[in-house]
Amino acid sequence: MLDSLRISQIYVLDQDKALDFYVGTLGLEVNTDQDLGFMRFLTVNVPGEPDRQILLEKPGAPLMDAAAADEVRDLLTKGRTGGHLFFTTKDCRATYDELRAKGVEFTQEPTEQPYGIDFGLRDPFGNHIRVAQLAAVAGRAG
Amino acid sequence: MVRFGAMTRAVEDSNRRLLRARDAMDLAYGQPLDIPSLARIAFMSQAHFIRAFRAAFGETPHRYLQRRRIERAMYLLRRTDRNVTDVCFDVGFTSLGTFSRTFLEVVGEAPSVYRLREPVVGVPTCFAMAWGRPSTFGEASGRRGG
Repeated sequence: MLDSLRISQIYVLDQDKALDFYVGTLGLEVNTDQDLGFMRFLTVNVPGEPDRQILLEKPGAPLMDAAAADEVRDLLTKGRTGGHLFFTTKDCRATYDELRAKGVEFTQEPTEQPYGIDFGLRDPFGNHIRVAQLAAVAGRAG
Repeated sequence: MVRFGAMTRAVEDSNRRLLRARDAMDLAYGQPLDIPSLARIAFMSQAHFIRAFRAAFGETPHRYLQRRRIERAMYLLRRTDRNVTDVCFDVGFTSLGTFSRTFLEVVGEAPSVYRLREPVVGVPTCFAMAWGRPSTFGEASGRRGG
């Protein structure tokens, strides 16, 4: 059956701005940036994890008519498209401080949770992202 | 795209500023937050901010902040042994009477009763926050039924 989850997708309003944020600010790396003619296929991944990519997709033609794209953009900027991203880090507070210095918008400060410590942030378009330093879980590696 | 473009760009910009103000409530619910300061975050007049927020998110900013505070209070009641008065101030209420009344209205039972019964939820906190937040629709009566 299924082996792995290779590509997940989120919507972005602007792929250049998305690169600025996901690569320049969050420190991900570009996996694929290819103009297919009908779309710019743009994926990023956590450094060293090329087998798990995030597709940064711009809603619009030819996949979507203008009215549908407008609906997606409307929902996206209201933070209503879902597509949350959950990252992990070895040092939650250091990562938070680094991102704060870069002017990132947060939805929650580092908070102790039953599963570790994590914080929440927004990308420039409205997507919601969480970053967690997971507590060691008994019986599970890492 | 051309036909819709100009209008939707303005809407998107407005949406994003409203979301920023809403995020500020999620982030700083424990601090005194008022409409003037939230409207400033959204770069809107107070009256326009309240109207636009309601149009975008289906409830007034005041109601959203109340639900955020109650949801955090529910979490603290479940997760900690802080007393009800401390929880009330932790989540940004300045009056125990207002807290108790709002909690009862939104959740359907008093904070002390809720604490005794509610099970621990073991999912990532943002889902617990988003889905555990008492609904603005139907709320107390629906919850009692469940």
